[in-house]
Amino acid sequence: MKKSYRMENLECAHCAAKMERAIAKLKGVQSVTVNFMAQRFILEADDASFETILEQAEAICRKVEPDCRILR
Amino acid sequence: MKHKELTRRERRFLFRIVTALAAFLALLITDRCIGLSEGAVEGFHWAFVFLLYLGIYLWIGYDVLLRAARNLVGGSPLDENFLMCVATFGAFALGIWHAARGERAEGFDEACAVLLFYQVGEFFQGYATGKARRSVSALMEIRPDFAHVLRNGTIETVDPSEVLPGERICVMPGERIPLDGVLVKGESTLDARALTGESLPQEVREGSGVLSGCINLTSQIEICVEKAFYESTVSRILEMVENASDKKSRAEHFISRFATVYTPTVVGLALVLAILPSLFTGDWASWIYRALSFLVVSCPCALVISVPMTFFVGIGAASSRQIMVKGSNYLEQFSRVNIYVFDKTGTLTGGRFSVRAVLPADRREEILRLAAIAEQNSSHPIAGSIRAAWGKEEGRDYVLTNLAGFGVRAEREGDVILCGNAGLMREYGILLPKAEKTVGTTVYVARNGAYVGEIRVADEERAEAREVISSLHDQGARTVMLTGDCESVAREIASELGISEYRASLLPQDKVSEVERLLKEKKARDVLCFVGDGINDAPVLMRSDIGIAMGGVGSDAAIEAADVVLMKDDLRGLLTAQRIAKRTMRTVRQNIVFSLAVKGAILLLSAFGIANMWIAIFGDVGVAVLAILNAMRVGRLGKGAE
Repeated sequence: MKKSYRMENLECAHCAAKMERAIAKLKGVQSVTVNFMAQRFILEADDASFETILEQAEAICRKVEPDCRILR
Repeated sequence: MKHKELTRRERRFLFRIVTALAAFLALLITDRCIGLSEGAVEGFHWAFVFLLYLGIYLWIGYDVLLRAARNLVGGSPLDENFLMCVATFGAFALGIWHAARGERAEGFDEACAVLLFYQVGEFFQGYATGKARRSVSALMEIRPDFAHVLRNGTIETVDPSEVLPGERICVMPGERIPLDGVLVKGESTLDARALTGESLPQEVREGSGVLSGCINLTSQIEICVEKAFYESTVSRILEMVENASDKKSRAEHFISRFATVYTPTVVGLALVLAILPSLFTGDWASWIYRALSFLVVSCPCALVISVPMTFFVGIGAASSRQIMVKGSNYLEQFSRVNIYVFDKTGTLTGGRFSVRAVLPADRREEILRLAAIAEQNSSHPIAGSIRAAWGKEEGRDYVLTNLAGFGVRAEREGDVILCGNAGLMREYGILLPKAEKTVGTTVYVARNGAYVGEIRVADEERAEAREVISSLHDQGARTVMLTGDCESVAREIASELGISEYRASLLPQDKVSEVERLLKEKKARDVLCFVGDGINDAPVLMRSDIGIAMGGVGSDAAIEAADVVLMKDDLRGLLTAQRIAKRTMRTVRQNIVFSLAVKGAILLLSAFGIANMWIAIFGDVGVAVLAILNAMRVGRLGKGAE
């Protein structure tokens, strides 16, 4: 399953790259893009665990940038 | 800088920067003029000055410190916040160390300035990226905000995404059509300029299909919705542009790889610089100071932001010219295209047909008149071209019979006109002269059982095709035309347009193998681009290095398969796209080279002790600001700029 979300308060390009690297390492993630310029988050992951992966991903984003949210 | 353009967050940040800058300058000037920190009074003045600088430092940089602390705990210490903190703490510490030994206490101002200007740079980056984002979305002003849906006899105004297929919506004059559908009530004219760049308003009546994104100009209409919002043309186009920067170009990959290596390397060098020479010279203070300057330039911000931003702005500029580019990588490749392969129909020739020849020529008048009588009611483009060639209305009282797939039979009081293809003539047992293969389609005309003559109809070359081909040749590109026409026709068209090569008599499936052959023959550095009208050429569009579909709005297959879509049915879009792609790549290269050169220079100069921390921070922030401004310039290629 591949889904695309808007992001809020993603303030630095470097952080986006950091989030991307960290989320890509999560189990079940096929591909992930954290797009700084378009403020978008695109996740392709296993259907069964998609929700949990999304939550983990959001936690990672918040760790890198506390104000950052994935809007769903 | 207009304040209302800023968000609340940005305004607060700006306020902090302005107050901190004012306080910093006031302190710096008094310090330098009066010599507060060297004041003879009791030897403790330096601590007082230190505290003042520290106050400003905390005011401007508390968020940097917090972030650094958090990342340190979170286990990713090598981030720019942390390095800035190390650099500035180090500078403060050196200052205190000097002062405590009774030397001149210097460096407090530097530490404070480093963080201050770092924040100025951060602010500017945030402001500029916000501005770029806004300008790109403003260029794509096609997103409808609401839909008037007819439910239970009343009109409800809802978000377009809440309308289901099958429901009826009503669009007032001056409003944007929110969803794709079929017009069921009313007549109007639509402005599709935002979608296709077509400046002529389009007439629609009951039964016409309408695309979302068009503006309803003259009167109220009712539409039966056919596609949900997320499947409608507008959302598909917006989606495409918004997702475009996800497909990263090689330049962007290079930058992100570089960024992961650059920071640790610079930090490592800083450590070496702080320790190694000091062991021999014993002059710890000055070498540590040089190492701290290294840390100041350790953030690759200028590159990390400006390169993706250039692509983003370039893609935005293209979309404002009705050119959809599906990813940065395609923009990058498109800038290097040197082999253009055209599918003749729909790209080099438009959908418009014209009469090329009437045979035998001495009976031209009669043949055209008879054909025009027979074809007077037909909506086929070929019929239109025959009527246009004759130019008069004729024989209204004929009884017309349409023989689908063959032609038309017209009859009046025993006078029978047949007009159609060879099959029709065979059907009625009419002998045809021996056919020679020629341009386009042949329409035969017979009267009362005898052959009268034939009309050759072919699609017209686009007016702009010649000009476009010759400017592609000026750039040193190769052009190849693929066509289903026979050898002689293909040669004629190719020479008329000035195309250097052609492949004739191709069946649709041959086009794929022909493109594959061209792909195999080309050198590794060549980039092949296929231009088609998006109808039936999806496999070729996918197979070529860059697939361009032209005039493809509303054609799902084209939008799916192509890498670049020219929404406006105009071949000159190719040149515009080419110009934007080249300009984007030039800007990206400039930014990479310029930023690396400046950073390299600062590193060298600080290693030899020529540059101090002031120069390091100015250079670092300055190069980021310049690179971003340079990136924004690409946006000028967008709407309204020639």
